[in-house]
Amino acid sequence: MSPPLSGEVEARPLTDAPNPSAWKHQLEKWLPQIAISPALTLCIIFFYGLAVWVGMISFTDSAGMPSYNWVGFDKYVALWNDDYWWEAVKHLLVFAPLAVGLPLLLGAILAIFLDQKIRFEGGFRTIYLYPLALSSVVTGTIWRWMLAPDTGIEAWLHSIGMQNASFAWLVESDKVLFALAIVAIWQSTGFVMAMFVAGLRGIDDSIFKAAMLDGASLPRVYWRIILPILRPTLFSALLLLLPAALKSAELVIVMTQGGPGQSSTLPAYYMYDRFFTRAQMGLGSASGMIIMMMCISIAVPYVMMELKRSRHE
Amino acid sequence: MNKPRLTVGRVCIYAFLVLSALFFALPTWFAFMASFKTLPDLQSGNLFGLPNGWTIAPWKRAWQEVCTGIQGCTGMMPYFKNSLIVVIPSTLISTLWAGFNGYVISKWKFRGSEFVFFLLLFGLFLPTVMFLFPLSLILHKLGMSSSLLSLVLVHIIYSLPLALYFRNYFSSFPGELIKAARIDGAGLFTIFWRILLPSTKPIFVVVLIMQFTSIWNEFLFALILAPYDQQLVTVGLTNLTGSQIGTPETNVYMAAALMVALPTVLIYVVAGKYFVRGLTAGAVKG
Repeated sequence: MSPPLSGEVEARPLTDAPNPSAWKHQLEKWLPQIAISPALTLCIIFFYGLAVWVGMISFTDSAGMPSYNWVGFDKYVALWNDDYWWEAVKHLLVFAPLAVGLPLLLGAILAIFLDQKIRFEGGFRTIYLYPLALSSVVTGTIWRWMLAPDTGIEAWLHSIGMQNASFAWLVESDKVLFALAIVAIWQSTGFVMAMFVAGLRGIDDSIFKAAMLDGASLPRVYWRIILPILRPTLFSALLLLLPAALKSAELVIVMTQGGPGQSSTLPAYYMYDRFFTRAQMGLGSASGMIIMMMCISIAVPYVMMELKRSRHE
Repeated sequence: MNKPRLTVGRVCIYAFLVLSALFFALPTWFAFMASFKTLPDLQSGNLFGLPNGWTIAPWKRAWQEVCTGIQGCTGMMPYFKNSLIVVIPSTLISTLWAGFNGYVISKWKFRGSEFVFFLLLFGLFLPTVMFLFPLSLILHKLGMSSSLLSLVLVHIIYSLPLALYFRNYFSSFPGELIKAARIDGAGLFTIFWRILLPSTKPIFVVVLIMQFTSIWNEFLFALILAPYDQQLVTVGLTNLTGSQIGTPETNVYMAAALMVALPTVLIYVVAGKYFVRGLTAGAVKG
């Protein structure tokens, strides 16, 4: 228990103003709210306001420019009947598991392997991580050169005597999604690895020792004990990568423009395309709303986690 | 654990690590080598080898000669200038402001501060693509679509959720220090500027680096919102590689791509520790 304060000190107000005028007192009372309000206002306008605006547009017949002719759910019906949209969704179902699942798997394996008292550990880490410092545009430029016909890998295959060899994943409609997935894996595996390395650092060595004394083999220790401990790490990596795969249109814009044909469109690219190249704003907005719903359903558990964390602190 | 011995298992682990390292390193290595090769050398399929006669002509050409479509044949140089004009102020302001907001939320709890935090955080999960069109309308209406200032403002606004990192970091900052300062008569702003900021520099460095990297690398805002005649590096690079007439000058493209990558990679190499911390704090922008 803290020593009781003398009545004198307790009675004195914290502010040094001898006779604070009413408005100054009010100001001080509301200062935190006032200090946060510019940020809050801009956030409400530019995140939620614009989202609501797009939502509104999705109920109008807007095409090249916004119009405010209410057409109800017409655009959603049109979206439902649009084969291109369903193709984009189908592509996402192929792309997302690869672009999220493989970085998770590979990143976790790399982190665990690096945890085995490896020589040049720092060097390995640096190499796995540096793609994160690169812009999608840079990454896309380099990979496009490697995977495009007549250049990069195909030119090399030709030069070593395989004249008829073809390695042009970017222009083959059945392979282009895998090409995008490889690039996405290249970009984000380091991120997962870094998260897992941080998680592994936080695990007490005594857990290993105890498990090893019990005669468990090292792989078993990792599988049965360490991975369950790292479940929150895995969870947050998943919650960060999944929306990224959902939201990102950049790789597609830079590398394929959705092509060849429609074979590499993803929902976010679909939305971008309707807004900026096809003047189908209503349709674009409707698809935007669907994408937003998907993002929100992923965001809710993440935000809950953050809020819970704040309550524990 | 015992001292590691060279077992079959460990050899396999090393093999896996090395193969993975090759996967991550080779594309950039190829690009680097390609940027020093002549075009005929590249076209003959020299991917793995060293250049047949080194040349720095592609770098020179990429920097100041090559044609990038709309902006004429100026090379990448003007794009770098424009990018710096946007990146420096928006990085500094957004980091400081996010720090301030995180501080208010975590240290001056008021009724509803949790909810304010929720609103700021949740914005991270809304797709950027959705904001592009309305933003371009708004900026046009305000008459700001011909100025880089608009991009600075947009980056500052869309960085508001960064308050998250600061809030998480500040929540371990001793409340007694702040109480003591308040008793001494320091107000909300003074405490932030004089007490919190000087003693929590690492988190500011982390976020500064993260912001510089993400704003420098940003593409969609730059593509849609930058003035027609003042494009940024990422858009310059796509213009350059997209405006090819005739044979693609791959060596020049690779030099340009590496140029664009250079500032952020340098920061990563110099301040890797901070870079990684920023990442693992949960980078969700996009």
